[in-house]
Amino acid sequence: MKNKTTKKISKTYLIKKNNHISSNMKLQFYYHMQLMRKFEETVFKLYRQGKVVGGAYSSEGNEATAIGSAFALEKNDYLFPMHRDIGAHFVKGQSVKNLMLNYLGKSQSPARGHDGTGHYADMKLKIFGNISPLGAMIPLANGVALASKMKKEKSVVLNYIGDGGSSIGDFHEALVMASVMKLPLILIIENNQYAYSTHISKQFIVEKLSDRAIGYGINGITIDGTDVELVYKTTKDAVENARKGNGPTLIESVTMRMQGHAIHDDASYVPKKLMDYWKKKDPIVVYEKKLFAEKILSDKKKNEILSEIQRQLDEASDVALNSPFPVWEDANEKVFAE
Amino acid sequence: MKTLTYIEAISEALWEEMERDKNVFLLGEDIGKYGGAFKVTKGFHEHFGEERVIDTVLAENAIIGAATGAAMMGMRPIAEIQFADFVSNGFNQLVNNSAKIFWRCNIPVPMVVRLPSGGGIHGGPYHSINPEAWFFHIPGLKLVAPSTPYDAKGLLKSAIRDNNPILYFESKFLYRRIKGEVPTNDYTVEIGKADIKRNGNDISIITYGTGVHWSLEAAKILEEENIDVEVLDLRSLIPIDKEAIFSSVKKTGKILIVHEDTLTGGIGGEIAALISDNCFEFLDAPIKRIASPDTPIPFAPTLEDHFLPNTKKVLSALKSLAKY
Repeated sequence: MKNKTTKKISKTYLIKKNNHISSNMKLQFYYHMQLMRKFEETVFKLYRQGKVVGGAYSSEGNEATAIGSAFALEKNDYLFPMHRDIGAHFVKGQSVKNLMLNYLGKSQSPARGHDGTGHYADMKLKIFGNISPLGAMIPLANGVALASKMKKEKSVVLNYIGDGGSSIGDFHEALVMASVMKLPLILIIENNQYAYSTHISKQFIVEKLSDRAIGYGINGITIDGTDVELVYKTTKDAVENARKGNGPTLIESVTMRMQGHAIHDDASYVPKKLMDYWKKKDPIVVYEKKLFAEKILSDKKKNEILSEIQRQLDEASDVALNSPFPVWEDANEKVFAE
Repeated sequence: MKTLTYIEAISEALWEEMERDKNVFLLGEDIGKYGGAFKVTKGFHEHFGEERVIDTVLAENAIIGAATGAAMMGMRPIAEIQFADFVSNGFNQLVNNSAKIFWRCNIPVPMVVRLPSGGGIHGGPYHSINPEAWFFHIPGLKLVAPSTPYDAKGLLKSAIRDNNPILYFESKFLYRRIKGEVPTNDYTVEIGKADIKRNGNDISIITYGTGVHWSLEAAKILEEENIDVEVLDLRSLIPIDKEAIFSSVKKTGKILIVHEDTLTGGIGGEIAALISDNCFEFLDAPIKRIASPDTPIPFAPTLEDHFLPNTKKVLSALKSLAKY
């Protein structure tokens, strides 16, 4: 049944044709997607060596969603990434070294060893790393959006959630509040087919997760999350809309989690056919081909990018491995702020 | 000095802090034009505007989450949970976000959650609980529970100015039932400091909130029997004033802990353990507790009267302690 709301949604979300992406920006997309993948490969290597503790998570398949969306933000905007968006931290200005320190739980890391992986927050960079369970981030992102609005900053908040995370009550509560209060929130559901081992068929029966936007009276759209330029343009549109005071947008970005939930999980429950389908849509491979065809990328340029990334990762790993662990006395005193 | 009811003291603290600091704002259900279910914020909407007195959707996780996020941004939100019972809906935000963010991220979370608590108003199982023990266990939250208008105003001002998440347990039974003297000028009551509401040498009652009033009445009655009862009002549950507790134990050697919350897992057990660990050799009697029995809070007046602690129950426990 069509109503006013659905009409509004389809009208709002014609991607702007004049939304030009420069060659330089395309190279930035490529660089950051590669950095994201190589960073996680390094983390996996260190995990297998026993240097990274706890867990290691792969975002393979999600690079276009994380990078394309993060590039739609301005410096004064806020980022609430989840664990499949490590590259978004770097786009927002976090250093490879700091994040590596955080994975290793070292005292000089952003979370000072009180927490690990992408779990930290940096008010200066306006990054609020993931919270578990992930859905609990959305009400918090609302609070940041509300305060930002009260301070008249004209900033927006970009938050990500998974297909699984969209089932928790916080998702509903937060979108109800954000829509009524017209908060500048962009919520991207990264539908990567699986929540741990649970297939999306057991998570929802709607055709598109963005259909849920109708229920909140907000804009919603479903896009191919492996297309970095499409993700960028869509998010940019939503960001501009939120900045104008038109309230939140729900974007479903359809991707595939190409590895298990974490390093311990071999994802043997994923049918081979599904994996094969998505392998052909590897966001980095596809984009690399496109940039070669557009003569923006060459073998020489590619090698330069990859060796620069490797240099950064080697340096960051070296610093992180040789950095001290925190001591209990410091941690014990920091339960309350002064 | 002027005389205020307990609820007026709360309203005044909110009003004055909002006048003092533009970062202070209120959010909650029906707190705007309607003035709140108990009228604590009556007139606020007109004076401070809807941007600082925010009527929210009926969703406690969203309310507490938004308060937490705004606090991280340097605002000083005060969330009203319409009945303390409903805070269970916002439990995850409080225990996983508000409580942990400073420790995890080194970012202060200056927020207050106001929790109209307790029974005695025939609210039944969903509108009467005292949920402080749920949060007493969570590192990172401060808990305060005033018993008088003076403490209600002074503690709320301290809570608003504090840089941590604070749960403010206000007794809705006391709202309009007690009056007390409050200074006309600005003052605060330090969080973490207990207050001796009555000096005594024979038995110490350690209590807070409504328990203070039953205890004072019981102590007064025992004057006639020449039993000299001390009433220590904790005022803050976290941080708890261990020094004040231990010094009272050392003075009297006989301890009665009184709280309206149910017995098992109530904070009285922790206080008893603290005393046992630190003052064992000063005790002349077993540590006694008066609390509500371990059932949901009943509705019918006959049942609720039986359920809640009262002066008579406190009196009887004091008499049994006096025999040691």
